[in-house]
Amino acid sequence: MQQGSAYFIEEVSTVQETHTLSVLVDNEPGVLARVIGLFSGRGYNIDSLTVSETSHEEHISRITIVTTATPPVLQQIRSQLGRLVPVHEVADLSTFDVAPLERELALIKVTGTGDKRVEALRLADAFRATVIDATAEHFVFEMTGRQNKIEQFISIMQPLGLVEVCRTGVVALRRGPNKT
Amino acid sequence: MTRQMTGAEMVIQALKDQGVDHIFGYPGGAVLPIYDEIFQQEDIRHILVRHEQGAGHAAEGYARSTGKVGVLLVTSGPGATNAVTPLADALMDSIPLVCISGQVPTSLIGSDAFQECDTSGITRPCTKHNYLVRSVEELPRILHEAFYVARSGRPGPVVVDIPKDVQFATGTYHGPSNVSHKTYHPQLKGDLDAVRKAVDMLVNAKKPILYTGGGVINSGTEACQMLRELVALTGFPITSTLMGLGAYPASGKEWLGMLGMHGTYEANMAMHECDVMLCVGARFDDRITGRLDAFSPNSKKIHIDIDPSSINKIVQVDLGIVGDVGHVLEDMVRIWRAGGKKNDKQDLATWWERIKIWRKRDCLAYRPNEDVIMPQYALQRLSEKLKGRDYYITTEVGQHQMWAAQFLGFEEPHRWMTSGGLGTMGYGFPAAIGVQTAHPESLVVDISGDGSVQMNIQELATAIQHNLPVKIMILNNEHLGMVRQWQQLLHGNRLSNSYVEAMPDFVKLADAYGAKGIVCDKPDKLDAAIDEMIAYDGPVIFDCRVAKLANCFPMIPSGRAHNDMLFSDEAEDETMIANAIGDAGKKLV
Repeated sequence: MQQGSAYFIEEVSTVQETHTLSVLVDNEPGVLARVIGLFSGRGYNIDSLTVSETSHEEHISRITIVTTATPPVLQQIRSQLGRLVPVHEVADLSTFDVAPLERELALIKVTGTGDKRVEALRLADAFRATVIDATAEHFVFEMTGRQNKIEQFISIMQPLGLVEVCRTGVVALRRGPNKT
Repeated sequence: MTRQMTGAEMVIQALKDQGVDHIFGYPGGAVLPIYDEIFQQEDIRHILVRHEQGAGHAAEGYARSTGKVGVLLVTSGPGATNAVTPLADALMDSIPLVCISGQVPTSLIGSDAFQECDTSGITRPCTKHNYLVRSVEELPRILHEAFYVARSGRPGPVVVDIPKDVQFATGTYHGPSNVSHKTYHPQLKGDLDAVRKAVDMLVNAKKPILYTGGGVINSGTEACQMLRELVALTGFPITSTLMGLGAYPASGKEWLGMLGMHGTYEANMAMHECDVMLCVGARFDDRITGRLDAFSPNSKKIHIDIDPSSINKIVQVDLGIVGDVGHVLEDMVRIWRAGGKKNDKQDLATWWERIKIWRKRDCLAYRPNEDVIMPQYALQRLSEKLKGRDYYITTEVGQHQMWAAQFLGFEEPHRWMTSGGLGTMGYGFPAAIGVQTAHPESLVVDISGDGSVQMNIQELATAIQHNLPVKIMILNNEHLGMVRQWQQLLHGNRLSNSYVEAMPDFVKLADAYGAKGIVCDKPDKLDAAIDEMIAYDGPVIFDCRVAKLANCFPMIPSGRAHNDMLFSDEAEDETMIANAIGDAGKKLV
């Protein structure tokens, strides 16, 4: 921090925090490239990114970005995103009183026979993953949940014949009746 | 007004509706339909440059000297890539530009067609915004939006990339009045509570300083007027960045000179020791702050900026005010007056006494020489000769630029055009062409170095063709002076590639283009040479041969703080130079 310049400001921390940003943008060509280019050009991290049009009449997309940075850099990320011309609104969901609702969807392919196969199916049931494709040698599980739940399930499947994983990245909304 | 016309016609009509009277450009296959429209009208004058980089810098000079949006027109592929440097330059210095580029026909995009490049992809990070026009129906909206985005908020460059088939296609044109932007609405008025708080902080300051930047000039002449009123009202000392020179008059008694790496001792010391700093439309650039952890360590900082991302980007401030500088300063002056606020005159007088001691250091002093023209002397003589004239100055980048900032005083905004953020050598001459285009009767001088001038020397043909009597004054030391200065400070005086061998004969060069060449290497002949340059009715290259090894001081070497400057009299000692920058500083730029 700059010595002595902190009168009314909070202590500048060097501790990294992970925040979930929700960005409403005009769904026009190149808008995602602008957002990603901003992150790579200025050296910010993207831990997860999801994007889809959420309002078809107005052609507005919601981009959900999970990023890790120090608080001053997080402030810069919000301001820099706000500066992009097609951006309507930038909300940092991690700054509200309660943590945001976050979900991710994953497809997990597991192969195996015998005990391992039975164990995989049993664990999938415990994690509320559903079987969406199967043969005698494999399952594809679909599961939705918080990131750590998915991480945990994947690591458990590792010794049981995990073949490949596809994840959507985090989608998130603010809790409660108010808009983000 | 709506009517049917082709895309190419729409471009010209939109330029007219936006009040554009000059554009800078270079034709090519993908913009031929637009050039055909230019041929068939007389309202918009096209200045044919010799390289698209020249078009961009000329448009920047035009914009910066008028406060209007500068326009350039380039073809696809190399035309667009050549314009990238001025676009990046304009983004860094917040200059409003609209760059119209041709693109291969829509059906060929992505096929590696002749002169195809991904212009919108290449220019995305070096523009404020850009558009690839996909149909003629959206062209009028995009054109008017481009002007709106370029000039609103923190100004910047906007590219409109128009495929050739869109230029030929016919659609419905509408004027600028029915365009309102969906998302981009910068905040102009500052939060009044914050402004009141700022006024309170200023009233109670014992050692205040105003640190102003290019944002004041971008905000307009009213903002500069408000700044002058605020200084008159408060009696506070004021300094400015390179980009902000002229917002407050250099002859004003509160003026401390420029601050930063080659700023004055008094400005930097006052920044270091102040207790309240009011930053107005500046952005705490590394050339301003020097060593960050020792930057103005005991001050409360207030920052006014129209760009929220500028606040707390480099330096954490105590009070940030988002808004147009002009509006916020107006509120500030009004609240100061209405409150009948009176700051402690005694405290302020003590502060000024301290500043006067720093001023006595006479930090810009240099050792005069009777045999060789000192570059500082050349600029002092030029400054003398400019007095009473209607003049504009542009510069290239390097030692000459810093000396020009130190020795030419600016009384008015929009009179000083220089590449600050990007530091683009080759900026000044084409920028001068743009300035001269906007102000045909004024004296326009490009202060140059022998290195920079050769980066866009081809534009001499442009100046000749369009009767633009731009004066280039080269402070010729046969070196890339600032590179050499850094090699002396950082790299044991090993002058790797900073000596410019095979220097052209600038007089013959001027002659070859049909301009006038003047050379002078004696201090006693200098005045006559400057007079001759000013008096000549046409473009001039004045090859002013100056001391070859003069360095630019004072200087905050990298990694040092504001109160730790290097002076010219100290720098004559070789060990001092060798040890001026520590290991940490050597890693900085």
